[in-house]
Amino acid sequence: MASITLRVNGTSRTVDVDPATPLLYVLRNDLDLHGPRFGCGLGQCGACTVIIKGEAVRSCIRPVSTVAGAEITTLEGLAQNGTLHPLQQAWIDEQVPACGFCQNGQIMTAKALLDKNPTPTDAQIRQGMANTLCRCMTYYRIQSAIKRASKTMASSKTTASATRAESEVIA
Amino acid sequence: MTATRRDFIKTSGALVVGLSVAGDLVLDAQGTGAGPYPDLDYKQLDSWIVIRPDNTATFFVGKTDLGQGTGTAFRQIMADELDMPYDKTSCVMGVTDVTVDQGGSGGSDALQTDGYPMRRVAAEARRVLLEMASARLGVPVAQLAVSDGVVSVAADPSKRVTYGELIGGRKFNTTLTGSNINATTGQARLKDVNQFKIVGQSPQRYDVPAKVDGSLKWAVDAKVPGMLHARNVKPPVAGAKLVSIDESSVKDVPGLVKVVSKGNYVAVVCEREEQAVQAARQLKVNWEKPAAAAFPTSENLYGFMRTAKPTSSTSPSVVGNPDAAMMTAAKVVEAEYEIPFQGHTSIGPAHAMADPSNNQLTIYSNDMKSYGMREGVAQFLQMPKDRVRVVWMEGPQAYGRTAADDAGFEAAYLAKELGRPVRVQWMRNEETAWDTKGPAFVVKARGGLDAQGNLVAFDYDARAADFGHLGYNEADTVLIAQLMGIRPSTPNRGSSAVPNEMYAIPNRRMTTHVVSLPTVWETPLRTGNLRDPNGPQSPSRPSRSSTSSPQPRRSIRWSSG
Repeated sequence: MASITLRVNGTSRTVDVDPATPLLYVLRNDLDLHGPRFGCGLGQCGACTVIIKGEAVRSCIRPVSTVAGAEITTLEGLAQNGTLHPLQQAWIDEQVPACGFCQNGQIMTAKALLDKNPTPTDAQIRQGMANTLCRCMTYYRIQSAIKRASKTMASSKTTASATRAESEVIA
Repeated sequence: MTATRRDFIKTSGALVVGLSVAGDLVLDAQGTGAGPYPDLDYKQLDSWIVIRPDNTATFFVGKTDLGQGTGTAFRQIMADELDMPYDKTSCVMGVTDVTVDQGGSGGSDALQTDGYPMRRVAAEARRVLLEMASARLGVPVAQLAVSDGVVSVAADPSKRVTYGELIGGRKFNTTLTGSNINATTGQARLKDVNQFKIVGQSPQRYDVPAKVDGSLKWAVDAKVPGMLHARNVKPPVAGAKLVSIDESSVKDVPGLVKVVSKGNYVAVVCEREEQAVQAARQLKVNWEKPAAAAFPTSENLYGFMRTAKPTSSTSPSVVGNPDAAMMTAAKVVEAEYEIPFQGHTSIGPAHAMADPSNNQLTIYSNDMKSYGMREGVAQFLQMPKDRVRVVWMEGPQAYGRTAADDAGFEAAYLAKELGRPVRVQWMRNEETAWDTKGPAFVVKARGGLDAQGNLVAFDYDARAADFGHLGYNEADTVLIAQLMGIRPSTPNRGSSAVPNEMYAIPNRRMTTHVVSLPTVWETPLRTGNLRDPNGPQSPSRPSRSSTSSPQPRRSIRWSSG
């Protein structure tokens, strides 16, 4: 066992675990963060995805000791000040989930995708999401939701920069 | 009625918010429902509907939602008959001690069959509330109007009273009638279709927000203090027998609590999850493998099925005169189809948690038939049924009889053995190997076309490998029973069924035979209902599924070309 400090969703959390423990089990069992889920334990399905340093990472095969100190974001950390992330809102607006079990991985993978490429084409979305599996076949709704979120984020950015420009003019 | 839990729900204002998520309610309420857990009386209105002083309602239904959004539909139906706003209602599903036994889910009939008693009890609640309002406001029922849970005098709307004021926090004590749960009814007349305000709308599913913000507690999240983690260790090949276990092989695994074995069932139980994973990998088990594989290889499967003597056959389902029509057909098209075993391979491998506190047993499970699991586990562990309850919580989508049944029994067995709460989680390879399989089929199909290319004759002859020898939650066919060497008193020969054929083909014959595989009770090829049992094999596939229809339908197009 070893004392390991993690930065999760903006908060420091210290756990006393075997350093080889997969991050997934620490998040779920020690930190009560249930967004990431066990689907395969092999890094193949994506249900356990979290974001570490901007990258979508499969937490089921990532030893906890390798991510000490790194900024980790889970599904629970996407909403800011009680406001859902545009992707989460788009997921509701498009009614994406059937059962919803895999959707943590879909949303987190989409988040990392949009952070790198805010306006992906259909082909880029398909490529970016290709290895995140859904047994309910919600892929088409996932695609629609990502496009919707992309538009929302672009228009809020435009509004923000317009407001900024305006205030600069006034100043 | 299980008084403690229901009264808790009714009187605790703090729980009203939590009620939007059934799982939270159930977990938070733990300790208040310490058992026993007698069956709920479906003939009591209070078993179905609770209205609180703040004029909100909760519906208790004995169904489960496997990702189709049926809970939302139940709320629409019941809110509409009751004249409550949809967003002032909530729905609790499939928790055996707080919801009536509507059998859980199956057969895609949740709305067409089970929606009716829900609709009638909601209408009855409205009728009773109107009578109470009549007494309170001093005018006959006929002169009252209801809207959004508020009853008012039609001629003087300032005279009004809410449902919450009339009944909130108290029981209806209204007895219903009906010889079975599907026939449950009160005295109220149902609304005409044109009076519906909520049915026919498409509200957003209420379960979606908590699924996208990470707040929903699923069956995989069930956790209580002192809970242990278990992993199974399965036989390496079909027919392998356990000879011995070398427990020294795991003595260095930290947190190891116990190696459990009985017959060929083996599990390791540890304080932490990753420890159980490690122990299961590390445990040295000496298995005696069968001298020769009793089983056809994958390459020889269909050959075996074609030549083996069927263990059962259906009487052919015949319409018209298929032989004569085939003889006179302008063209006959014939084909054979080989359909492999298909696993359910759920996106989340099988799991369950069982808590043996207070000498009772609570199983937290996503099993679509929570009531059947309660019954089966009580039988398997020889416990009185009223000491067992199953708390249904959301899980990965199911397509029929999944390994959720098996994991529930395993958790229950281990919890009882250890006297502590135990969570069982299957690994991915275990799910792929041992979950229920849709049976392999060999199908011979012939179609006769007339000169215009119309299908006038159809002959369908199918062979299935052990079609559906597993029932749901059966104490003598669940995997742990199979591995412990328990066998059904009457060996299941497999049930064969002829697929529904919806097309108007004037002359047809359809037959299904079952071919039993060797070592059927030792293999992981455990066949059961996989969505649309016997449907994928039928050339023109009817719209029937076990639970849900996530995949596009496919049919074979007949052409004269």
